[in-house]
Amino acid sequence: MNDSKRTAAEQFVSAIPHSKALGMVLEDIADGVAVISMPYDERFIGDPQTRVIHGGAVSALLDTCSGAAVMSHPTGPIGTATIDLRIDYLRPARPGDRITARAECYHVTRAVAFIRATAHDMDMTIPVATASGAFTIERGPDASKGGRG
Amino acid sequence: MTRPPKVEPVQIVKQRRDAALRAIAHGVPYIQFLGIQIDRRGDELTAVLPFDDKLIGNPFLPALHGGATAAFLEVTAIIELSWALIWEEMESGRLDPRSLGPEHLPRLPRTIDFTVDYLRTGLPRDAYARARVNRSGRRYASVHVEAWQDNRSRLFAQGTGHFMMPGRTDG
Repeated sequence: MNDSKRTAAEQFVSAIPHSKALGMVLEDIADGVAVISMPYDERFIGDPQTRVIHGGAVSALLDTCSGAAVMSHPTGPIGTATIDLRIDYLRPARPGDRITARAECYHVTRAVAFIRATAHDMDMTIPVATASGAFTIERGPDASKGGRG
Repeated sequence: MTRPPKVEPVQIVKQRRDAALRAIAHGVPYIQFLGIQIDRRGDELTAVLPFDDKLIGNPFLPALHGGATAAFLEVTAIIELSWALIWEEMESGRLDPRSLGPEHLPRLPRTIDFTVDYLRTGLPRDAYARARVNRSGRRYASVHVEAWQDNRSRLFAQGTGHFMMPGRTDG
């Protein structure tokens, strides 16, 4: 991946107010694969008794990471939006742990990108959550007859 | 077992129901972080997500973040399910919602999976959502949620989730 593509993908994350509000950091991005992490924050707690992060915050992380993976695809999309996203919550995230998501855009058509993603805390054996989904792809004017999904 | 009198003063009824709702929604930091409020008419709940800059996902359109939308739907589903669980106990007098507080929170259902359909761009304005418990068994529940902005009939997102009932630890 060249520098301009990397910069575009990095901006994709830092320019998103909601991702910024959740403290997300882009760890790695190249050729349709993105890694983004999110700190543990008491404001994100979903169950006060167990102090486990709310599933919604994990969803936001997986959604952002999936969008970034689409944007970094070698075919060079200029925009993307979620069509659908399914998340399986395999186990509660450990309170205090940073959560890291990895998303892979494993297939694209002219207008649709297919992704799968996982989210881990510091225990790398079983993911906290897995996701799969479809995203729209917007193509630039130079991409022949590109259009929205 | 004590039963409430047949006709209760309206303030008593409202106090009890609003206390139960506060116990479910107010103690959860992430609900407060997103700024979600719950509007109650009898037993019908509507979740309200007032627009805020921090909910934006695409600053150029601008549009709500898909993750914020997903979280809004999931929060609405969990609150509706918890509310349905608590309602009967509360109305029959078995549970006094005033006994619920920061130290005595109702046990929350746990999400098994959640799927969101993004039907339209979420506009930079307030959003509303209502959930329907389609199945509520001893161990599992299935809940559907619809979210809209200006027009109730033009949904911008819908979701379906499966939940593990509270009080059980096997995932």
